[in-house]
Amino acid sequence: MYAIVVGGGKVGLNLTRELLDKGHEVTLIESRRDRYLKMEEELGHVVQYGDATELWVLERAGIQRAGLVVAVTGDDEDNILICQVARDKYLVESFIARVNNPRNRPYFDLLGIRPAVSATDLILRLIEHEVPEYGLVHLLDLPGESLEVIEIQVTEGAPAVGQKVSEIDLPEGSLVISVLRGGGGFVPKADTVIESGDEVLVCLDPGLEDQVTPQFATA
Amino acid sequence: MAFILIVGCGRTGSAVARRMLAAGHEVSVLDDDPLSHDRLDSDQETSWEDAGGRFTIGKAIERDALVEAGIEQADVFVASTNGDNTNLTISQIAQKMFEVPRVIARVMDPARAEWYESQGLETVCPTRYAIDVFEQELSSLGSGS
Repeated sequence: MYAIVVGGGKVGLNLTRELLDKGHEVTLIESRRDRYLKMEEELGHVVQYGDATELWVLERAGIQRAGLVVAVTGDDEDNILICQVARDKYLVESFIARVNNPRNRPYFDLLGIRPAVSATDLILRLIEHEVPEYGLVHLLDLPGESLEVIEIQVTEGAPAVGQKVSEIDLPEGSLVISVLRGGGGFVPKADTVIESGDEVLVCLDPGLEDQVTPQFATA
Repeated sequence: MAFILIVGCGRTGSAVARRMLAAGHEVSVLDDDPLSHDRLDSDQETSWEDAGGRFTIGKAIERDALVEAGIEQADVFVASTNGDNTNLTISQIAQKMFEVPRVIARVMDPARAEWYESQGLETVCPTRYAIDVFEQELSSLGSGS
């Protein structure tokens, strides 16, 4: 696959190296001359100099035949514009945008720029994962695929405690895919009994969260 | 009388703001640089606020700043910061999130201006004007052949 990566900071540069390692054809576009010259020593013609929000720069990089555009500059407006133009003007099939300021995420959503990845959000999720009092953690959201994975801390007295997985009153479109207990995790069987203190991973259709959570966690 | 929100108080934004206020419209200006306010006051007998203008300090992309500057009441939204991509992004926010009836974006790059114009966004491209005027001025040279 041919991928265009925009923004040669730490993220863009390492991403480019990884994609090259995996055998993909990659062009990295960087608008700062000093950064460009430094990266050119390592990557040669893979790096191009220019402002990728200018259409001719994207065209020079061959965006018409790109299967993936990754916009990881340090500027959210630039990332939005690059993905929008890639999608709407050049009909690029896949794109990924970086969100630098999580407060700008609603704008990415508004303009349909998905997936949009924010390092702050990812770290926040890991913190939530490490700090159980949050109760419920979103591990994965794939709105395009209509799929979510959440992690729930099972509390004492919850309806699911002492019940077999098959007996828990879960709505259609949800499934317990993993149980974390005593430092280890396993995939439950129909007759696995849920204990208080377990953490369960549940795969579900978006919107079912409010029906699923009460089975495992009492408010 | 219309309520006009102008984002970006540079040479263009401030001049448009002053003219629109003089024309009797309600005008609110948003810029993240407090010093940009001076452009609204210079050579004027009364201060911008005394003349009835509004000025808000804040980042163009920030929702709270846009709301404080009155985007929810705006009839017209003018994006004239010095960044094309900022102007194009906030214009779409004004259109789609706040449903401002009329939105105009300044875009210096003719190619981007043309593309977004074709996507239904009203754009003003000063570069294109300059190129046209230069071409006209130089037309007296005649053809080189």
